[in-house]
Amino acid sequence: MYHSGLEAPQGIWWKPVHGSEKVWATIAFAWCLVLFAMMPFWHLRGGQNPSGIRHRVDPVAFRTRVTEFIEEYKVGTDNQIPVVEPPPGSHIYLQGAMWSWTPVLRLKQGAEYILHLSSVDVNHGFSLYPLNINFQVVPGYDYGLRITPHEAGEFQIVCNEFCGIGHHLMVGKVVVVPSDDEQAAGTTVDTAAAAVATEGGSR
Amino acid sequence: MSASMRTCPTTGLRVDKTAENFIKIHAVVATVALLIGGVSALLVMLTRWQAIHLLDVVWFYRLLTVHGMNMLIFFIIFFEMAVLYFASAVLLNSRVPAPKVGWVGFALMLVGTLMVEWMMFSGQADVLFTSYVPLRAEPPFYLGVILFAVGTLTVVGHYFGIIVVAKREKTYTGSVPLVTFGATTAAIIAAVTLLHGALVYIPTWLWSMGYMEIDPQFYRLIWWGLGHSSQQINVAAMVSIWYMLAAFTVGGVVLNEKISRVAFVLYIMFISMASAHHLLVDPGMGPAWKIWNTSYFMYMAVFASMIHGFTVPAGIEMGQRLRGVTQGVFGWLRRAPWGDPGFSSLVFSLTIFGFVGGITGVTFGTEQINIIAHNTLRIPGHFHSTVVAGTALAFMGATYYVIPLIFRREVAFFKLAKIQPYLFAFGMLIFSIAMTFAGTFGVPRRHWDITFAGAPFQVEFSPTVDLVIGVMAVGGLIGILGGAIYIVITVVSVFFGKRLPEGESGLGAHGRGLPLGIIAPPRALTPEDDGEDLEKHALGTTPGTMILVIVFLAAFITYYFVNWKLLSIVWKIG
Repeated sequence: MYHSGLEAPQGIWWKPVHGSEKVWATIAFAWCLVLFAMMPFWHLRGGQNPSGIRHRVDPVAFRTRVTEFIEEYKVGTDNQIPVVEPPPGSHIYLQGAMWSWTPVLRLKQGAEYILHLSSVDVNHGFSLYPLNINFQVVPGYDYGLRITPHEAGEFQIVCNEFCGIGHHLMVGKVVVVPSDDEQAAGTTVDTAAAAVATEGGSR
Repeated sequence: MSASMRTCPTTGLRVDKTAENFIKIHAVVATVALLIGGVSALLVMLTRWQAIHLLDVVWFYRLLTVHGMNMLIFFIIFFEMAVLYFASAVLLNSRVPAPKVGWVGFALMLVGTLMVEWMMFSGQADVLFTSYVPLRAEPPFYLGVILFAVGTLTVVGHYFGIIVVAKREKTYTGSVPLVTFGATTAAIIAAVTLLHGALVYIPTWLWSMGYMEIDPQFYRLIWWGLGHSSQQINVAAMVSIWYMLAAFTVGGVVLNEKISRVAFVLYIMFISMASAHHLLVDPGMGPAWKIWNTSYFMYMAVFASMIHGFTVPAGIEMGQRLRGVTQGVFGWLRRAPWGDPGFSSLVFSLTIFGFVGGITGVTFGTEQINIIAHNTLRIPGHFHSTVVAGTALAFMGATYYVIPLIFRREVAFFKLAKIQPYLFAFGMLIFSIAMTFAGTFGVPRRHWDITFAGAPFQVEFSPTVDLVIGVMAVGGLIGILGGAIYIVITVVSVFFGKRLPEGESGLGAHGRGLPLGIIAPPRALTPEDDGEDLEKHALGTTPGTMILVIVFLAAFITYYFVNWKLLSIVWKIG
């Protein structure tokens, strides 16, 4: 005899399951397996993964690295924020601080870069508009993401993690210039070589 | 003992007066927190609606902090403590041992709440709900949270004490009812959650006074052990209330105790890893950790919710069919008591939680899809459909039964009470869908000014965003109206409502301000009702529910893969 959820079941309640419940539970479980499998599958086949090269970094050291990076590749300023144009295939650095993104990045369409994100104070959120690419920027951690901008244009970096009273003022910029050089378009980062080159060049 | 118990004349349930008092006091404080959270919701929303942009920047973030803490912590947990007393002392006919323990727990919770409220309103804790270090609030804020957590743990311990006493004194026979079982899983998850809370807030408190360092990533990891798991207390409590309301309103049955109980146990076993899906685009963890934990061992908690999403409506359908409502595939729904606010709340809570909250939550909580969802308005869009349209609405529906059964009064303005769940559900549905949609354009959450006035670079959102935010605001206003009506009904009923006569206060009571499930409770089932002929439909014993869950699955699959498609067109990144 059926009872409600308010009544204490008498005797043994470990009983065989209804046919329809069994069918639904099987379908639901199979769907959960698909949900699980999609993540490793996308690592193998998909182009967008949040894996990155992840390190702890001292915020002061990161600030120093960003300063060196700016000195090396600076081509001008935009609203008093330095603009850098690093070569395709290089490690590039973006610093989140209350309340600005530094520097402005000029990138080549179709080239691959390794974008290092970190914060020198509190948590920030990297949100690239209008693409809607979002990453958490945590002080003390360097998040190195391989990116390949495949379309030219101007993009804004919105901060989407609350970082204090000037949070809404924290807008940065990425400019992707159309590729005039087919070779640049095919450039990918040789991680080891690029790392050595940038480290060597800056120290 | 007899002096402290009253016997419900119809059900024969003995209700302990101490338990009643505990239920009342927690429910009252929960409602006050809901009021504070609701007023701040209105002001925050009228600021995000750029056409009005009401608050200045300081008060926007301050009231956003107030809104988060009051809704997600104070309202919900105080209400859940009331649910625990109901599910133990009332449903098990038990007395409440050691009432002092309960009072100490309540007092700690209240003192903690008041400290936190004071710190927030005085501008000493403008750190939002998550208070990510190294953003810093003044130390008493963290201490208030700690006291609240300790108080809650005490009440949870008290709940376990009541269960043990009920068992030892044989106040019930057989196993505990499913609703009590579900509430117990909520209590266990609460204990785990609050330990995470202690683990993160005690060091943070010491850090705020300069005694130690805290790693910001460690903070995010452990904080979400509190922040997300506490939402699973809500889920377990809400699902318990679904079963309860199904029983009260239409005599919903438990199809199979084994299935429903195993699903509750899955919540306990797999939920603490759910913290991971807040950290999918964080630098501190690698892909293996992210996949392993977000899949909560192959989405076993999602699996549990999908089971409850079937068994609750199927129990309703079966309950109706066994009582002779057998017309067609959906006759059980058409002939359901839609004017009973307990029933309409249950249906809307379950539907919106599943179709909007569940589908968006699982999709955004996928490692890679999180790249196009993290910290955008898609996230609050998701959790307003789970916690607000799901949990809060289920609690509202339960209130219409708690008022006559526990407070022993009629529901004031009953005609308004009948439409309240419709207003609230409809408003919150529009609100959360619009909010989620705005997030797909990259509109950030927790943001005072999305015109970015004064920023070095211009960000021009598409005009569609203005429209969608406008729709969101209209939905939000309808939802807030529904919430305000709920608060007015509750306060007026509890303090000024017409008292039910002493001898006539349980199920079967008469009065104009009572839901149908009280006036005319569903007929008790007898062995003769066990219809073997029910098995013959091609879609099983509950064909209507089977069709509904298949529609649900189709929506789920569609939304999930549309998001993979959206992800695949952004820059290559990784």
